[in-house]
Amino acid sequence: MHKGYAIELANVVKRFGEVAAVDHVTLQIHDGEFFSLLGPSGCGKTTTLRMIAGFEYPSGGELMIHGRPMATVPPHHRPVNTVFQSYALFPHMTVAQNVAFGLKMKRVPRAELGARVQAALDMVRLAGFAERYPRQMSGGQQQRVALARALVNQPEVLLLDEPLGALDQKLRKEMQLELKSLQHRVGITFIFVTHDQEEALTMSDRIAVMNQGKVLQVGTPTEIYERPTCKFVADFIGETNFIEGTVVEQSDEYATIQTPDGLQLRGYTPRPVNLGEAATLSLRPEKARLVLPSHARPEDAFTMPVHVEMITYIGSDTRITVRLNERRTLDVWEQNTLSTLDRNAYWQPGEAAVLVCPPANALVLTE
Amino acid sequence: MALSSFEREQQRREQRRLIALLAPGMLWLLVFFLLPLLVILVYSFLTNGPRGNLLWQPTLQNYVDLFTQSSYVNAYVRSLWISGLTTLFALLLGYPLALFIVKQPPRVRLVLLILVLIPFWTNFLVRIYAWQIILANNGLINTTLGAMGLPTLFLLNTEGATLLGLVYGELPFMVLPIYAALDRFDFTLMEAGADLGASKWHAFWHIMLPMTMPGVAAGAVLVFIPTIGQFVVSELLGGAKVDYIGNLIQRLFLRSNPPNWPLGSAMSTVMMIVLLGFILLYFRSTTEEDR
Repeated sequence: MHKGYAIELANVVKRFGEVAAVDHVTLQIHDGEFFSLLGPSGCGKTTTLRMIAGFEYPSGGELMIHGRPMATVPPHHRPVNTVFQSYALFPHMTVAQNVAFGLKMKRVPRAELGARVQAALDMVRLAGFAERYPRQMSGGQQQRVALARALVNQPEVLLLDEPLGALDQKLRKEMQLELKSLQHRVGITFIFVTHDQEEALTMSDRIAVMNQGKVLQVGTPTEIYERPTCKFVADFIGETNFIEGTVVEQSDEYATIQTPDGLQLRGYTPRPVNLGEAATLSLRPEKARLVLPSHARPEDAFTMPVHVEMITYIGSDTRITVRLNERRTLDVWEQNTLSTLDRNAYWQPGEAAVLVCPPANALVLTE
Repeated sequence: MALSSFEREQQRREQRRLIALLAPGMLWLLVFFLLPLLVILVYSFLTNGPRGNLLWQPTLQNYVDLFTQSSYVNAYVRSLWISGLTTLFALLLGYPLALFIVKQPPRVRLVLLILVLIPFWTNFLVRIYAWQIILANNGLINTTLGAMGLPTLFLLNTEGATLLGLVYGELPFMVLPIYAALDRFDFTLMEAGADLGASKWHAFWHIMLPMTMPGVAAGAVLVFIPTIGQFVVSELLGGAKVDYIGNLIQRLFLRSNPPNWPLGSAMSTVMMIVLLGFILLYFRSTTEEDR
């Protein structure tokens, strides 16, 4: 296969008028990787994808596909194919004609064309649907036609623009797994655009989190979730408790912040912080523990005496809101590892407790 | 399934309401559309008297004349030909124009659409006279050419002038249905085409054109049908040098001495049948939802 990266963006900028939709983005995407661009709407992820596809040309920077500069190559000469958010199937063509379209444009001989279309439809389990029209198919089926239509061309990179957005929850989960296994089978680099953090975590080898045209962090799902390097990423991926304060102590990879209401909280720093700097402690609800006041241990990073305020039982977990003082509450999730109806096994509103946090479970982050 | 008496009563009431609503329109069509049509059909099988009076002698002679006398046959062929050309040129001009308008931001679109419609605010005859002024030997174009020291052109009273006038007059009828079709067209499909390796031209030919074909067909019908019966443009701009079917019919009814209504009626009937054929073709080639 090819040397180097499947896709490389170096300081890519895209301006629409005065607005920079993509602002100096640098990314290296490996061959065979399932790579997600994740961010809220308007963060520049779709524009980035459209530049790779060739529908938009960068205002600045370099864009390369397998080392070949792509800045001025029109979309129909690029070795990539796209699965569109709306699928963009050709309504006046049958499923087979849709899938054959790319091969026809490349003047693939008739005999080979038929076999490849068939193989592509087999791959997405639509073998019997060749003669149907897109409007005669369900959303999930149309989705798979769009996949077959793109993959039949054996692109070097497959671009997927929120392809699961229009599907209902159950189908979405199915397609996530199907896409993932499909990507393993064909071995093609997938670039997947989504605003759904759970989807990105489930499917990706690596994720780039974007906001306001910038890439904030690139990493594996574990890195992104466990070691977000800024407040936005911690907030966007999963749920978390934020406590604002000022850095009063820092050593190696840890720092302590002091909050206006006098708390001193220690946490891990994925990115170095400076003394006196404004910082935020991020504590994910499942990474804190509630114990009875008598059970607190000195090796914990910090402990906070709290009162249980509200309990929400959701089956696998119990979600507990605890009150720290008049102004502040925190969320703690406990897994229900015991199966019991005994009321005493669960926290009760009004109960006094201690919130404990192991050293690396809380993070001290800056903007 | 058996209907309850209540449901049947409901149905009857529904029917009565429908009849009451439709009756005025139906009556209108019957009296002012179907009846004259029948008159023409009947006339076309009657004999013309020596002073242009009607003789109640059934005959097929009018139709025989139509299909055997070369001047009549030529008029039909010429009409079909110029209507075809008009439709073609209106399409070649109208499609890019409609596409251009659709691609504009909404505000500009509205302005452009109004510009397309503005000519309708002025009487068609007046506008054709205006073309005379532009094309005449001492008209706008030729005085301009003369002033620049260039040789003048013979423009008015040519078949080219007829074609120009027809295309000018019919263009909006081509632009509007194509515009409507393009407005519904999802331009993401063009990106999908490009993504799959289609050049701009291929994407147009394989995706945009087939998908906007209903608009093209509607435009073609709207241009072709009025053009085939026209007689004003060929007389005012073409100089009435050659006969189109519309000119012949007009003359047979109103100008020739003696008039020949039966032959004129037969000509009209044949023309309607030809047009009916085209309309059927149109209905065949499009589905209900396209229209």
